[in-house]
Amino acid sequence: MTEPATILTDLRRVLGEARVMVKAAQLAAYESDALTSFKARALAVVMPETELEVIEVVKICHKHRVPFVARGSGTSLSGGSLPVADGVVIALNKLNKILKLDPLERVAVVQPGVTNLAVSTAAAPFGLYYAPDPSSQQICTIGGNVAFNSGGAHCLKYGMTSNHVLGLKVLLPDGEVLTLGGSSLESVGADLHGLFVGSEGLFGIALEVTLRLLPKPQRYRTVLAAYHSLEAAGEAVASVVSSGLLPGAMEIMDALAIQAAEAAVHAGYPKDAAALLIVELEGEDRAIEAEFLELERVIRASGAYEVRIAQSELERLTIWKGRKSAFSAVGRLSPDYIVQDGVVPRGKLGLALKEIERLSGVAGLRVANVFHAGDGNLHPLILFDGREPGALEKAEHLAGEILGLCVKLGGSITGEHGVGVEKREHMPIMFSSSDLDAMKRLRLSIDPLELSNPGKMFPSGEAPALVSHAPHPLERAGVITRE
Amino acid sequence: MTILEIQDFIKSNASVKVRGGGTKPALSSVANLEMHELSGMLEYDPSEYTFTALAGTRVSEIAQILAEHGQHLPFDPPFLMAGATLGGTVAAGLSGSGRQRFGGVRDFVLAVQFIDGLGGIVRGGGKVVKNAAGFDLPKMHCGALGTFGVITELTFKVFPAPKAWATLQLECDTPKTALETMQKLAGSSFDLECLDVFGSRVMIRIGGVINALETRLENLQKFVGIEGQVTRDDTEIWREAREFLWVVPNAALVKIPLTASKIPTLEAKILEHGRTRYISSGNLAWLEWTDSLENLDLILLELQLSGLVLRGNTPRVLLGKQVGGVLLERVLNTFDLERKFNAT
Ligand SMILES: Cc1cc2nc3c(=O)[nH]c(=O)nc-3n(C[C@H](O)[C@H](O)[C@H](O)COP(=O)(O)OP(=O)(O)OC[C@H]3O[C@@H](n4cnc5c(N)ncnc54)[C@H](O)[C@@H]3O)c2cc1C
Repeated sequence: MTEPATILTDLRRVLGEARVMVKAAQLAAYESDALTSFKARALAVVMPETELEVIEVVKICHKHRVPFVARGSGTSLSGGSLPVADGVVIALNKLNKILKLDPLERVAVVQPGVTNLAVSTAAAPFGLYYAPDPSSQQICTIGGNVAFNSGGAHCLKYGMTSNHVLGLKVLLPDGEVLTLGGSSLESVGADLHGLFVGSEGLFGIALEVTLRLLPKPQRYRTVLAAYHSLEAAGEAVASVVSSGLLPGAMEIMDALAIQAAEAAVHAGYPKDAAALLIVELEGEDRAIEAEFLELERVIRASGAYEVRIAQSELERLTIWKGRKSAFSAVGRLSPDYIVQDGVVPRGKLGLALKEIERLSGVAGLRVANVFHAGDGNLHPLILFDGREPGALEKAEHLAGEILGLCVKLGGSITGEHGVGVEKREHMPIMFSSSDLDAMKRLRLSIDPLELSNPGKMFPSGEAPALVSHAPHPLERAGVITRE
Repeated sequence: MTILEIQDFIKSNASVKVRGGGTKPALSSVANLEMHELSGMLEYDPSEYTFTALAGTRVSEIAQILAEHGQHLPFDPPFLMAGATLGGTVAAGLSGSGRQRFGGVRDFVLAVQFIDGLGGIVRGGGKVVKNAAGFDLPKMHCGALGTFGVITELTFKVFPAPKAWATLQLECDTPKTALETMQKLAGSSFDLECLDVFGSRVMIRIGGVINALETRLENLQKFVGIEGQVTRDDTEIWREAREFLWVVPNAALVKIPLTASKIPTLEAKILEHGRTRYISSGNLAWLEWTDSLENLDLILLELQLSGLVLRGNTPRVLLGKQVGGVLLERVLNTFDLERKFNAT
């Protein structure tokens, strides 16, 4: 790595003084993402305003071998946008233009710093919307969504971010720019835009994203059901699934999450419930009316002690408001908390919740559960007091145990928050060493110097992967040699 | 062949060309590795909406098992009855008319196991409907024509199948008005399972609760202002599309991704030698082509479109604008440095 002063001089040449931030107070704001237990101080945080500036910055980083981390709004919950110590943070919030919105083709081309909600807002006048809806949608960026293949409550039916990204302009870690995919829903050749989505910033920076927009559903029908036990709510989900209905969303909250949401936004939830289930159907008027009759029958037969059907858009939004604010609401119950994100096969939800309860008892830490029940995606929120010595470690340990449980039950260590820094040590419980080695080789082939977001996704203790298992054709031909 | 045998085969051969069901001859007529023995469902739990099967399994076999549980593969895999396999469908990246509502094959593959150019087994993705751990290797294989390795096992997401179907066919005055009608429907909030345009005919399939179908069909016709022909038992209509029974045997068959706005220019260029069927609101043209594929290559290049030849004589199956660039090179270097699987 070059002398920091030289790097900064080069960066300032492109961005000027003000947009190369190096003062301690400025850097402090970028030391963590939403997973605050990890902190690292960058050499500089830079604020490019154009695509060309981003390209120049990456070329400078490449020239000087300085690691860089792209950053959207820093809402990552897995340490994905944690800076690399003495590296460069490239803040992309100023690249926030919607470049094109074509209502006829139903696509939007956006810069990476555009927020998720801004896309739907811009599409709304045309009766269109952008489907993936992370709870953080008011602030998180499309660039961050692309990096993590983010999801939301409404992903059961229409999928996650990757199912809605049609094309990408990407900046590879060595400064090369290329386009992948296009604006059609179909493509030929390897689906490389599909590969880029979810690569957690390790393959470079998304400069431009072509998104698919959907016509707004004619109708939503939303039901809220209260249960005396979490298991009963879990069984209700199974009954909905086996009835052949395909809801747009199925969400469960447990008692602690309900109390928190109530205290925070007064959604009017039944406060004494052990579990709440929200099921929402969306689609064509007539079809939804018929399906809702069936849904209501299934829910009423599921042992719910109270069933509420949203009678207006306002009532529907109130139901969702509580759910969507659950993370931050739980935050009020405790000085600190960790949001976990694991997946289990839907049929094992009940088992998983019981086991989490047991583990929480053993650890002596409260756990609130909010989850996308339709896809078996759990979000246990582990509450702790960071001022107590050892509490963070205890919480991290419990989080690890929960992830181990998810994999043991046949699931995954992350459904939508990504591996980042937090879960990299857990990758080996899900993937074999040869699978991890293959992924590492892919990373090294795309970014041989490991400049783009290093330290994420891969277990740190891993022996460095072999870059090449066989001689390169040019090597065999005697054109290049290995020193 | 067993997985072990495939590994050995890859290690000891300089060129590996795979054939699944052989339903896309342009992609598999020259093959030295047959996949049909690597067949069978491995795991299927209807309540999870997922199954895992060996890559040489025929899609029709899977479809039948799913149907027994009221489920299906919503992306409507082509060449189903002709004998397409799961692996071939993913490698060719093919979806049928039914992709309209919930997406294509790429949107339904959850996990993959494959053997790379060195004979090593690699797994990617996860066997649950939602997973964000690791790179999305299953998606990377979609459309890659097996160039990253021999796909041996796949996990898919499935959905409950509609309880009943119906098809509405609208005869328009001209292909142009058919396309306009398609666009109008595509931007509407009707839930359509298929939306095809074939000449001057618009073909719409809907599905769902049986007693809502009648009114939904009426509403659709009111919306477009055309009275159409309704078919309740519509299996045959969509079998013809799925199996390409409309393509004359000696013609080439080419997949061309595009957007609706590009259709008129494409039509103008292929007028004499081509016949197209547009599916999924004009996102994909299936082209029946009777002229040389070299000429089509030039046309597509001029229009900045890409094409994949499924049937027909050509040294190069990817036509027109080439895709992937330096990133493709780097991915190929990772999994097949020696280019053993290089299909084109
Ligand atoms: C209250 C709260 C609720 C949340 N709810 C959900 C939810 O429901 N579903 C869900 O999936 N997530 C959720 N999240 C997590 C988070 O919001 C998402 O991961 C989001 O996509 C991150 O976006 P961001 O702009 O904040 O990205 P950052 O946190 O800034 O970055 C995330 C990752 O993306 C990379 N990155 C950013 N921009 C680019 C780019 N242009 N190109 C390449 N890489 C880039 C970064 O390097 C980093 O690795 C929630 C977070 C919070 C705090």
